[in-house]
This record gives sequence, structure tokens and C-alpha cells, in this order.
Amino acid sequence: MRSFLMCRPFSRLTLGLTLACLVTAAPLRAADWPAFRGPFHSGYAADAVLPTQPKISWSAKLPGRGLSSPIIVGDKLFVTAAEGAGQEKLQVLCFEKRNGAPVWTRQLTATGRTMTYAKTCVAASTPCSDGRLVFALWSSNDLAAFDLEGNLVWLRGLTADYANASNSLGMASSPVVVGKTLVVVIENDSESYSLGIDTATGRNVWKLERPRSANWTSPVPLPARDGTPEGVLLQSAKGVLAVEAATGNRLWEFGPSASSMSSSLVEGGVVYVPAAGITALALPAPGKEPATVWNARQINPSTISPLLLKNRLFSVNNAGILTMAEASTGDIKWKLRLTGPFSGSPVGAGDRVALVSEKALVQIVDANAPEGALLGQLQLPLNEQTKELTLCTPALSGGQIFVRTDSTLWCLAE
Amino acid sequence: MKATLLLSFLLLGVLPGLRGADLQEDIRRLTQVGPEGAGNEAASEAWKKVAGAGPAALAGVLGQTGKTGAVADNWLRLAGNVIVDRALKSGGSLPLGELEAFVRETANLDAARVLAFDLLLQADPAKAKALELTLTDDPVQGLRRGAVAHLLSAAAALEGEAAKKAYKEALRVVRDEDQTKTVAEALRKMGETVDLPKHFGFITRWDIIGPFDNTERKGFDARYGPEKDRAMASKYEGKTGKVSWKQYESTDEYGKIDFNKPLTPLKEATAYAMASFESHEEREVELRLGCKNAWKVWVNGVAIFGRDEYHRGQRMDQYKLKCRMRQGVNTILVKCCQNEQTESWTAEWEFQLRVCDSTGTAVLSSSSLFDGLRPEPKPNR
Repeated sequence: MRSFLMCRPFSRLTLGLTLACLVTAAPLRAADWPAFRGPFHSGYAADAVLPTQPKISWSAKLPGRGLSSPIIVGDKLFVTAAEGAGQEKLQVLCFEKRNGAPVWTRQLTATGRTMTYAKTCVAASTPCSDGRLVFALWSSNDLAAFDLEGNLVWLRGLTADYANASNSLGMASSPVVVGKTLVVVIENDSESYSLGIDTATGRNVWKLERPRSANWTSPVPLPARDGTPEGVLLQSAKGVLAVEAATGNRLWEFGPSASSMSSSLVEGGVVYVPAAGITALALPAPGKEPATVWNARQINPSTISPLLLKNRLFSVNNAGILTMAEASTGDIKWKLRLTGPFSGSPVGAGDRVALVSEKALVQIVDANAPEGALLGQLQLPLNEQTKELTLCTPALSGGQIFVRTDSTLWCLAE
Repeated sequence: MKATLLLSFLLLGVLPGLRGADLQEDIRRLTQVGPEGAGNEAASEAWKKVAGAGPAALAGVLGQTGKTGAVADNWLRLAGNVIVDRALKSGGSLPLGELEAFVRETANLDAARVLAFDLLLQADPAKAKALELTLTDDPVQGLRRGAVAHLLSAAAALEGEAAKKAYKEALRVVRDEDQTKTVAEALRKMGETVDLPKHFGFITRWDIIGPFDNTERKGFDARYGPEKDRAMASKYEGKTGKVSWKQYESTDEYGKIDFNKPLTPLKEATAYAMASFESHEEREVELRLGCKNAWKVWVNGVAIFGRDEYHRGQRMDQYKLKCRMRQGVNTILVKCCQNEQTESWTAEWEFQLRVCDSTGTAVLSSSSLFDGLRPEPKPNR
């Protein structure tokens, strides 16, 4: 395990990209950001270069509310939104990545409940892509697959199938593609389940009953290794369940508890679980259960998901303290006070970390500095009339950062 | 009128190589989607053909919308969405007049009229906005809202009797909570009385009974006397002894029935509320419920729906439950469970329930129309 963690960074990047391609088994490119927290589901982009002094490259108006992250596939950017008095108009919007020109908009009507806590909204889940299709999920449990040109491939209204699955505060788990399976977490106090869905048809491949408690975490792919098929982590307040992505069959479990808001990440044979602070688990051999590598209660990810960057684990709490810990030991190396509060998760590339506060202050941190250092920042203009906030996790591609609010999609670059 | 409109739509265009019958069959396939994605493969193939057929398919798309279910409607909606999108990009013509006429024809299905309006809005926003202003009395709330917003803006610019008259007219047509609140506040400032419970159709007079047990949240599934007995008894064994029905009338403007008042603030407790609702005809209604506790609802002894969620939020019209009222007296029974949580934001043990039609227009109990003559709901004691 330790030798695996201590591989040279270049080797880890190459391995990571290879694994990502294997996991998605689709034509994703290195510059793509195809899901919540990017290609590795860890906030990390291998080929991106973060600007030190970001400036607004372009912006585009959005018709509806949303805190879902943009995703990037090739030269296109996709984002979801919800409009209308009851946020009942669900939208997928496609823009040209290079200049923000609108390419297409598709709108459907919510078939499930649209009530949410005021701060969040119906377009909370980040869409995902396998490079061919874009899969969009809303808090109403409406799920749609479009090709990159905006043609509908399939639709599901999950509330029509499972009438009591909802959360009056709003749902927010982001779906993920693993192989040919789209994994969707619809976990709540009442009719709680996770689904494996055939990406080609939208039909159920498997369905698991899950703990009946509110859960906003997102599933995380688990690369195939050592004879274990590719899997997916389903995290909840009761812990983590690893299942085979193609079948939903149990691989292993970790308990008794984990965060129901901050999601895990997987890197180099280790799962970093927001549980009792952060708990690092060594991925087990087939048929075995995971062993704890370390636990660090002092790292408090709160509602925000951690970032892993070159054997360094970053976690920011809602108040704005960014903590850097050695990924191999959990030892905290430094803490840096940033300007919060935060809701979106940190993302990073190279030796830089990007964070966007709720009040739209973009902050770039030098992760190499002995105590961490703020390299640059940019205040994005918010709509004061609607008191909008920036709650999304940024997306990275090339030298660009993409951020959205309820009203605007921003592209930032050097 | 409806048939003429549809025919005129169908005559708008002829698609080479695709006969009208084939197109209609493809449109029909979009409506054949079933539970858990059944029918998706066929619908996906059909969708490409329907979307590719261009404006000629719009009549069929609208003709099928609202007939089979909300998920099928979205397949149809997205086909219409793409047809209009492609026509706009290619400079092709769209049947704007026919879309407008389709919206105006209230005999068409609600969902289809909403789709026609949204397609018109996509194709020609100015034309759609102009149409919207005329929909003040529209039976579809989603279409009415924009017109009401315009009425409110106009009323806000007036003063004195003119303003009062404008707001009174707005009160006649307003249905949504936020817009109604604006109207009520304005009228009250001008010395007018607004009966919000009556406007919305809240049931404010109930017979309640409790507490029954809800330790470990088991009360939700437990079948206590009031939901078990066809003929209600006057007393039951409760959580801590015999409990009996009590009359309770809410004075809350939004009809909230707060069990903490008659039963005192309790935890791990279950209560029931029962009301009589007299309907002068057999009809469909919506029971619209707001509740942040676990709840179940029965009408005339038939379970309508239930939800086992605690303290995640409450709002008016949170749940819309379609049901059928019979002519005469109907019985509505609500079960409401309080859990073990002790945080300050978990103190509420309440619900609000109104009876309305699908537009949100209040449907009042016949007996409640005669204040003072309304018979009290009387369980069989």
C-alpha cells in the first residue's frame, strides 16, 4: 500500500488517466471535466493549469436557478437549471466552451416534487457524461439522457416509479457513469434507494434499498483492480457500501457512519472517506473488507468534499479554513484562512487549488507554499437584487475555470 | 373547433418519405413508456423521427400530450422543443397562429395547452407574452400566473378606489400563495377584509384525538383505532391512557392545525384529525397538504398517501393528492406523527390541508358555505 502511494507523480497521473478511461470506457478527452469534481471525482484535473490572477474571459446568462456544476465534454459545456414559480421547468443548457455562445437548450417539466430549502434548488445535482451522452438529474428525480447535439436518448421520471422518494429540503447527489452503468443515488428518509441504470436505454440494471435517512453525497467510481471488477461507492450516514457497478453486488462495507453531505474520493488504492473527520481506507483484495490506513478527526470536511492533489489532501470547512494534510498519513501540514463561507468544494491542478466562496470570491491558493498562500483572487459580480450566492463546485479545463450562479455562467482565465 | 385546429396543423407540412400514419404511430410510441424505463428503446427511436419531422409533427405532439402521464408528456415536450429550436435556427416557418389558437381553446387538455404556450414562448416571446396577458381567468394556473402578475403591477400603480377595485379583481383570479399574499396585504391596508382560509379552501374545523405512541417512529406504521375502525369510537387507548375526540378550530390564516395546542407539546407521539366535507356532487378534487411530520391521509376510509419524513420543511401545497369526493358527506382523516428530535426547529407538530381543484381554486364544503349552519363533524361516539 505504502509503495503504491509513493509512486512518482507523473506515474500516478498516467495511471489515473488510464484508470479514468477504463472506468468510463468512453471517448473522454484529457481536458474534459465530465462529472462532479472532474474526471477523477476528486476535484483534480491532470491537464489543467490554474490561472494565478483569474480574469473574466466570458460570461453567459442562465435562464434558471442552479447550483450544479458545469461539465465539459470536448468543445462543449453543459449545465442544468430550473425555472418557474415552483422551479418546475427543468433545463439542460449547452454552450460553446471557447466563448460561451449558446448551442442548445432543452426543457422538460418536473414530474416529481420540487420543494427545496430556500438556499438550494431543484438543479442541484451536477450532470455527468460518458463522452457520448449527457445525463442530467434534478431534485424532482427527473433523469434525462441527451446526446451532445441535444437529441433526447431516454427519460425517466423516478418519482413516477417510486412515489415516496424525496426530501423536502431537496436532493443533491450527482450521478456518475461507471462503464455502461449510470449510478443514481436517491436516498432520503422515506423510500430510499440507489439505482444502476443502463446508459444506453435508461432501464434499471439494479436497484438497492438503502438506509432511510437524508443523503446528499455523490457516488464515486471505484477502478477495477487486482481481480475486483469496477465498482462504485455508495456513501450514507451509515457508512460506505462498495458495490460492483455492473450488478450492484456487494464488494465490501465500511461503517458504522460517514458524512451524509461530503463525498469520498479514491486515489491510488486508497479511499478517503469523510467519516470521523477523514478516514483513509486501503482498498481490499477480493472478498475482503477494507483496513483503516489512518484517521484524522482534526480534518473536518463539514458539508464540503475534499480534494486530492499530488499526495496532498485538501479540505475546507464552511467558515473558510483550508487544511492541507499528507494523504499518506493524514498529518496536517498547514491551515490557511480564506475568505468564506464556502459551499462548493475545492478543485485543483498542478500545485494550485481553486475555491469560490458563496459570495463569489474566487481564490487561488499556492499549495506548494510552506503554509499555503493566496496567489490571487477575483470578485465576481453577483445579482444583488436576487441576493444570489455561488454554491457550485468549479469545473476546470485547460487554463480555464468555470463557475455558475443562479443567473450567470462564468469562464475565468489568466 | 378542436378538430379544425388539429386538421389545420396536420395540413401545415408534408414530410417526404414519411406518411402521416407513420408519424402518428411514432408519436404514439412516445406515450407508451412505462414504469422503470419500459418502452424507452422504442420511444428513443420514435423520438428521432418525430423530432426530425419538423413542424408537421406539432399537431400530433400536442394531440397526445396530457393523455398518458407526465413522463410521456416530457418525451412529447422535448420533441416539440427540438422541432421549434431547429425551425428557428434554419429560418423555417412555425405555426404560430395555430399554437396561439391551441392555447386559447380551453377544451384542449391542460398539459397540451401549457406545452403549446411554452413552444410559442420559445418561438416568439413577444407573441406569447401578449397572449399571456389575456389569460387572467384561464383554468390552468400555470398559464394564469403571468396575467395575474401583470394585474398586480397595474394595481400597484393605482391609488384610492381605483387601486382597491383593481386588487379586488386580482383577488378574484389569484391562486398562488405568493401572489395572493400580495393582494391580501394591499387590500387590508385599504381597510378591506380578506378571508384567506376561505379563499384557499383550508379546512379549519377538525375533531382531533391523541396522543398515541410514536416511540422509535413506529407510530407511522402502527394502526391505531381511528384508522382501523370503520365506525369511530368516542374513546381509544392512547399512549398514556384513554384518549377521546376533541373539537378544534384553527384561526391560522393558512389553516395550520397545531397539535401542540390541544394536546400540549409532546415528542414521540401520534395524533389524528378528522373532518367532514360535504360535496354537492361527485367530483375529482385535490387535497393539498403541508406537513413537516410523518403523515397519512384517508378519504372515506380509503388511504390516499402517506409520507414518513420528519422536519425537512413544510409549505402550503407541499403535497397534491388527487382523490374523488362522493356526493354528500365525506370524511377526511389525517394522521400526524411527531418524532423524538429535541432541537428547537423540531417542535412543530402540525399540518394544513385544503380542498381545491387542479388550478388551486378552493372547493368549499357545501355545509361550510352557510356559516353557523355547518353541522359539526361527529364521530360515532
